[in-house]
Amino acid sequence: MSNSDNTITPDENGRFGDFGGRYVAETLMPPILELEAAYEDAKSDPDFISELDGFLNHYVGRPSPLYYAERLTEFTKGAKIYFKRDELNHTGAHKINNCMGQILLAKRMGKTRIIAETGAGQHGVATATVAARFGLKCIVYMGATDIVRQKPNVFRMRLLGAEVRSVKSGTATLKDAMNEALRDWVTNVNDTFYCIGTVAGPHPYPAMVRDFQAVIGREAKKQILEREGRLPDALIACIGGGSNAMGLFHDFINEKSVRLIGVEAAGKGVESGLHAASLTGGSPGVLHGNRTYLLQNNDGQIIDAHSISAGLDYPGIGPEHAYLHDIGRAEYLSATDDEALHWFQECARLEGILPALEPSHAIPRTVEIAKEIGKDGIVIMNMCGRGDKDVFTIADALGEHISEGTEG
Amino acid sequence: MTTRINETFKNLKQTNSKAFVAYIMGGDPDREVSQKMLNALPSSGVDIIELGMPFTDPAADGPIIEEAGLRALEAGTTLSTIFEMACEFRRINSTTPIIIMGYCNPVHHMGYKLFAKKAKASGIDGAIIVDLPPEEDSELREAFNLNDLALIRLATPNTDKNRLSRVVSGTKGFVYYVSMTGITGASSDRINSVSEQVNRIRHASNLPVVVGFGVKTPDDAQKIAHDADGVVVGSAIVKELNEKGVEPALKLVRALAKAVHK
Ligand SMILES: Cc1ncc(COP(=O)(O)O)c(C=O)c1O
Repeated sequence: MSNSDNTITPDENGRFGDFGGRYVAETLMPPILELEAAYEDAKSDPDFISELDGFLNHYVGRPSPLYYAERLTEFTKGAKIYFKRDELNHTGAHKINNCMGQILLAKRMGKTRIIAETGAGQHGVATATVAARFGLKCIVYMGATDIVRQKPNVFRMRLLGAEVRSVKSGTATLKDAMNEALRDWVTNVNDTFYCIGTVAGPHPYPAMVRDFQAVIGREAKKQILEREGRLPDALIACIGGGSNAMGLFHDFINEKSVRLIGVEAAGKGVESGLHAASLTGGSPGVLHGNRTYLLQNNDGQIIDAHSISAGLDYPGIGPEHAYLHDIGRAEYLSATDDEALHWFQECARLEGILPALEPSHAIPRTVEIAKEIGKDGIVIMNMCGRGDKDVFTIADALGEHISEGTEG
Repeated sequence: MTTRINETFKNLKQTNSKAFVAYIMGGDPDREVSQKMLNALPSSGVDIIELGMPFTDPAADGPIIEEAGLRALEAGTTLSTIFEMACEFRRINSTTPIIIMGYCNPVHHMGYKLFAKKAKASGIDGAIIVDLPPEEDSELREAFNLNDLALIRLATPNTDKNRLSRVVSGTKGFVYYVSMTGITGASSDRINSVSEQVNRIRHASNLPVVVGFGVKTPDDAQKIAHDADGVVVGSAIVKELNEKGVEPALKLVRALAKAVHK
């Protein structure tokens, strides 16, 4: 971990412009202030940084390759498309970059009990994995709906020794899992470390999770300069809470020639109301500790998000994205369930890669932008997760029946 | 009005009694039943009313209040409903303070200034916004001060000395001490000894100290009332109302009030 200069840092109240902050119950103020102080201390400690780098190299498997997707590029007839292959990380997604950082921090703070929320189960699996590696107790909150659609990951977490608690309240998806994790934290403030899986939550989480994910963009920048001798024209990433996108974007924020493009989940279409596109179809509000764009009704009640992808099925977005959106530094587009399903199959067919349903949302927009930029251009898409966890959902959506319980 | 709250504590002090604060969720299970319950609270011995504003994502509440909020929302309750309920209550009662309690987002969505204005116009006396710590409440506090409304802050077992002076300095009416690190409706076994904590707060502030979270039975309430200036009961009443109806819930309220006032 090393910090590049001049990037965006939140102010002392954890604000990115008008977004972010610390909207939590009083009981959680002392622990988040304690966390902030511990993180500030750790991030300038060379021992912490080298320990983290060591685990990222030898345990997570970093750096992840930057792969030229030649056949997708030929098919598209536009700019060269590169995939940043974070799906090759241990546990199959970018989520572990953040878990590695947070759990090393938890250990440093003397916390013995790790809790996490999960949607797709990728963050849950990554948390359970790293907790197992350090012999820490791990409890993962997961919406009952998501437990059904991400069965392989639920079993994986259990194999790793984590306790998966099914959350049946509200809509029984990611937002409710996060409510439940917050309730756990309020109840067990002394020994518990809440490992949030995306760039949301109260300060310092959005900035801290981004910093732990920023390794993606740092590597990509170095790799593309080696390969192409120049910066890319655009970076594209899917957005649930926005951690893989922030991780890719962070080192490029000041490279004004590089377009930053986030792709939200449009579900059945933004017009249908059944979507998870908080920036495209939401408005500013306060949820889960921060002020950001949310899906909400006229009375400030949170509206259910809808996406075929459990990892994108969240009615909010990290506050730094809200800020980048409002200042016009990043662009935010969306992709529907159908587009994701279509491009999942195209990616399998053309590149021999089964992407997770989350990055499958980024592919259609990547293809369009590559066309728009044209042949001399270069774009990098974050292939932030692999699709093994999604095979049942995809079989279902395609009307095929495969037996459950065996995988891959 | 902060005066209504101050008068309530002054009167209780004169009779050497403590405040019984009852929480109900506004609009649960519907406007009509909830109004009936609200209107009957003062004559059942309630000194201060906490009227819940429902929210879809109440991350500091246990299942009893969460489900009450979802029932209220299902029945069409909005912030306007809460204001209408307060207005109707004020037609029959001009002395019992109403504190509305809920989460930031609906309030933020309405706009802090408009929220304060409407609360004032509805005869509401103050508010507790659970997820608005001192770090984030200045805008709402300003709007409340302009309208002579009390923004009541929470102190918790882990609010240390430095934070405590910050917490109490901006609060009006009373200080709400949360008896445990936990959520509403938690077991009363988790209540830490409150007398020391209440003294700690009294040291930092001249305001009355009201204790809530986990208080369920007349016995619990009586013990807490011994040490504090007031006791809040929420989940137990909400549960009784949901499971048995208005009359049994009011019976529980009367028993709790009697225990607190003893
Ligand atoms: C593979 C993958 N990509 C993306 C996401 C969305 O999260 P974020 O936007 O924080 O990267 C998830 C979340 O579970 C995921 O598993």
